[in-house]
Amino acid sequence: MAVAAENQSQPPQNDLPYVLILKPPAAFSIFGDHFFHSPKFQFLKAFESPLPLSQFLLTHAQSVQAILTSASGSVTADTIRLLPHLGLVVTTSQGINHIDCSECRRRGIAVAGAGTIFSTDCADSAVGLLLDVLRKVSAANRYVKQGLWSSQGNYPLGNKLGGKQVGIVGLGSIGTEVAKRLEAFSCSISYNSRSKKPSVPYTFYPNVVELAVHCDALIICCALTDETHHLIGKEVLSALGKDGVIINIARGPIIDEKELVQCLIKREIRGAGLDVFEHEPDVPVELLALDNVVMSPHNAVCTTESLEELRKTVVGNFEAFFSNEPLLTPVPLDDLPHLSGHILQGEVRYSMLQGEEEMMTKSCLLMVVKNPDRSFCLFAS
Amino acid sequence: MADKEPQQPEELPIVLVHRLPSFKIPSDPSFRDQLRSQFHMLDPHESPEPYDSFLARHAPFIRVLMTIGPSPISAEFLERLPVLELIVATSAGLNHIDLPACWSRGIVVTNASLAFAEDVADCAVGLLIDVLRRISAADRFVRGRLWPVKENYPLGFKLGGKRVGIVGLGSIGSEVAKRLLAFGCTIAYTSRNKKQSVSFPFYANVRDLAANSDVLVLCCALTKETYHMINKDVMVALGKDGVIINVGRGSLINEKELVQCLVGGDMGGAGLDVYENEPNVPKELFGLDNVVLSPHCAVMTPESFEALDQLIVINLKAFFSNKPLVSVVSKE
Repeated sequence: MAVAAENQSQPPQNDLPYVLILKPPAAFSIFGDHFFHSPKFQFLKAFESPLPLSQFLLTHAQSVQAILTSASGSVTADTIRLLPHLGLVVTTSQGINHIDCSECRRRGIAVAGAGTIFSTDCADSAVGLLLDVLRKVSAANRYVKQGLWSSQGNYPLGNKLGGKQVGIVGLGSIGTEVAKRLEAFSCSISYNSRSKKPSVPYTFYPNVVELAVHCDALIICCALTDETHHLIGKEVLSALGKDGVIINIARGPIIDEKELVQCLIKREIRGAGLDVFEHEPDVPVELLALDNVVMSPHNAVCTTESLEELRKTVVGNFEAFFSNEPLLTPVPLDDLPHLSGHILQGEVRYSMLQGEEEMMTKSCLLMVVKNPDRSFCLFAS
Repeated sequence: MADKEPQQPEELPIVLVHRLPSFKIPSDPSFRDQLRSQFHMLDPHESPEPYDSFLARHAPFIRVLMTIGPSPISAEFLERLPVLELIVATSAGLNHIDLPACWSRGIVVTNASLAFAEDVADCAVGLLIDVLRRISAADRFVRGRLWPVKENYPLGFKLGGKRVGIVGLGSIGSEVAKRLLAFGCTIAYTSRNKKQSVSFPFYANVRDLAANSDVLVLCCALTKETYHMINKDVMVALGKDGVIINVGRGSLINEKELVQCLVGGDMGGAGLDVYENEPNVPKELFGLDNVVLSPHCAVMTPESFEALDQLIVINLKAFFSNKPLVSVVSKE
């Protein structure tokens, strides 16, 4: 499908609505550009244009009603502001930390994600990584494949998984699936979450340090937000202790990676299993030489079966949107608790008279207050 | 059970320690203390007396022996111990013991399954997740600094919904089943006999089980009947995406045919803890990313060894006080 000439706005070549893609999602590299194809919409691929992004957006601003993004592609407030007709952002991930949800909420733009498609695969990965670290599966595999079993004898012992106390950070859909699996190994489960969950049989700890004190392993399953950035730092890692293991299948920045690397090198914790890192695809070089770390390239969700589910969900969300039907996996934007009570430095754009086109901008302090009905108010100074 | 004064060894019940010279009693000091304070441990290799005469002299009094690791017990050896009633083995696998000869003499045999079952099951599941989800391969990818080079890594396969066929639904097989159910797998099995109390579908032979499974997990004993039970026919029945996990004994599988299937791409993958000729592993497997190799360590955690020590002491005490034994190996 030919894209409209770059130096002037043109109406779409056919009647199909446009979905903007800023950066190609991983699925394109694995399956090809046609992976999310549908007869009901067409893609506008910014990454195929020679124009700088801002110019590309200005050129096509009027045509774009929806965006397809992935975990590695941010959808910022700046981008959103350039697209007056944007009504939907669909991400191929379960996480939404890379999308400016406050701006979306302000504009009434819907956000849809992968829902819970990936929860079981993530949970399987988390348990697989935990077993691997404790029982040294990858390290022993390397040892045998280097011919060392026959020349150097037995590999050092691993440690039993069963009976371990496992702490889950964030008991959402992924955390719940992890807990269910580990119970079958006779682990005892405890957790920390934003709030205690009354119907859940596991022990709740009000903060992650206390959780770490009482656990042999921590599994990070929570969202990345302002509150959870570097949640796992020196204090938590010390509390976890030198026999402790940490598994991260959530987002790299939840852990203070520099601290983690030091703890691993000095054997202040037993080991780690990591699918995500602070600056993907860069991995701290010190980790590459350690035997007590198991790493994967942010592909905990990447199974053939789940990606097919994802394809149907992404296409289904766009098709529903363009036919004014309910989205398949909408993300509720009301629940942005990390903002409540915060004072923000922000800008207010306003017009002096109703209906007046010219908007003025003023810097001010804003306080975010969450209402009982879970909507938000912003009070401007 | 603290005695006011330590009993003379000669007054304590006798236990023969049966071991190849290179194998030793588990070294944990508290275990050795427990043994020596409650039993008179007779170890021919710790005596200056020649083995045969030592054994012959004590034979009329030996009702129990503890066998260390794979130290073999043949029918001929049993004939030298006319009053033997119990063999306490320290491994789960018993292919080094002539079990039919024991049973025909009415000798009870206990093994380490109860102590080891959970760890072996953990290892089997760990290997399966690794093969299906390519965990070791991904780790190698990252370590090889291939990730920044935009080379996307081959996809793994979902565990949920996989049909898992367990070969040998004993204590280890049951623990494997329990774990894999939590991942959303379905379980079927083959065993010497159908187990009445179990609701999983039963197949009378391993080929039929393979034809109806995506994964086979080998948890059974090595016997004359099970030697090379996993052969090319079974692998073909399992199919091109099929995965085999072996935590039993290497010779359950015809290793040459397994290597051919894996190298030829006729199978989805394999996770192996045991081999036909340990510690030698077919080198053709070293370069295969869909094969995960473990150096016969499925039982090897400090926790399982401690559990084994306790199991041994429990069974020895139970025997001498006429109490029921645990982890008894039966014909069924």
